[in-house]
Amino acid sequence: MYSQGLIGADSETEESEEFLAAFQARIDREEKIEPNDPMPQGYRKTLVRQIGQHAHSEIVGMLPEGNWITRAPTLRRKIALLAKVQDEGGHGLYLYCAAETLGVSREQMTEELLSGKAKYSSIFNYPTPSWADIGAIGWLVDGAAIMNQVPLCRCSFGPYARAMVRVCKEESFHQRQGYELMMTLTEGTDAQREMAQDALNRWWWPSLMMFGPHDSESSNSDQSMLWKIKRFSNDELRQKFVDATVPQAERIGLTVPDPDLKWNPEKNDGEGGYDFGAIDWDEFWRVVKGGGPMNRDRIAARTKAWEDGAWVREAALAHAEKRKQRMQAAKVAAE
Amino acid sequence: MSKQPASTPLWEVFIRPRNGLNHKHVGSLHAADGDLALQAARDVYTRRGEGNSIWVVLSKEIIASDPDLSEENFDPSSDKIYRHPSFYEIPDDIGHM
Ligand SMILES: [Fe+2]
Ligand SMILES: [Fe+2]
Repeated sequence: MYSQGLIGADSETEESEEFLAAFQARIDREEKIEPNDPMPQGYRKTLVRQIGQHAHSEIVGMLPEGNWITRAPTLRRKIALLAKVQDEGGHGLYLYCAAETLGVSREQMTEELLSGKAKYSSIFNYPTPSWADIGAIGWLVDGAAIMNQVPLCRCSFGPYARAMVRVCKEESFHQRQGYELMMTLTEGTDAQREMAQDALNRWWWPSLMMFGPHDSESSNSDQSMLWKIKRFSNDELRQKFVDATVPQAERIGLTVPDPDLKWNPEKNDGEGGYDFGAIDWDEFWRVVKGGGPMNRDRIAARTKAWEDGAWVREAALAHAEKRKQRMQAAKVAAE
Repeated sequence: MSKQPASTPLWEVFIRPRNGLNHKHVGSLHAADGDLALQAARDVYTRRGEGNSIWVVLSKEIIASDPDLSEENFDPSSDKIYRHPSFYEIPDDIGHM
């Protein structure tokens, strides 16, 4: 998973017109930008922020699903969930490394996550009270993330694009295992069907929010599109997601919780698409700013992991240093 | 060891997908020493049969060319056509050479 439309970025930049024009010309020629290449400050800042948010989202995203690993109903479901959560950890690591090529350190990014300065996808501030939530996350949340991430494979910044290629390769099993899990529930008892519907009811709107604010509200989007960090706008991606997902819900007998959802044959240049109801942006901003049901738990869990791991990091470094000195001493003695 | 712990070093990871191919850069990771870097590289970069051999190199040990000099360093040498086989005239009846 899990990038979200970028939340608040400062793409301001102060270089000369000439420098900016030359940079833009490279972007327009579809040249990839590599870490040591000259680049505008605003481009660097936007990427550090976006890749950082994306990495944090992968890592925090392990928590809601990790919650169910010990309680998965069968061994098959358990190994699948374990593998998925492990993948998300890997995605976080690929992305932190991509951000580090821009001159920000891992420690700095971690501190910004723990202090609340850096954001992560608002979706992970919702709880996972039922097993069906694991299905809903794989199907909807990973599904939305794939919509977002596939175009990022063509991002103008080389290390981010390359990390995304790896991530996208691994994502497809995530969505399939989630959908299969939901389908299995809908083929079960009444109680299991209700559980699946209840999960869809709770995850549908937060999933649509994952694409970020409407284009009209999202001031950094234009610059990101110009720099080819983004290839599609938030609203374009959201529409694609709705159009792809509604038939999947129907196929397994679930109802999308939107009374305004309606097929519109005129949409998408006459190819047809779904009109859908208004998104509750007050809720979105409340959750982004820390008022979601699980914000405190998530940061508390990450802080505990970071603090509990401190002695391990220190011991590993001390051990490495000791070994290095022993080897040097042995070398000197041999000479 | 100082109070403010040093940051864990950064390593670049190279993987050979199978025998007969080159090791190829796949990304980087943090680890205290080479053994831990190899273990972490295995976990992070080879979960689906991506390779059969891993190299890890301390990122700070890599010596890189200067991107500002890339034009003069990597000039396409299009004026040096004598470096290409089509520069040389050879009779057709010689066949493939
Ligand atoms: Fe992911
Ligand atoms: Fe995922």
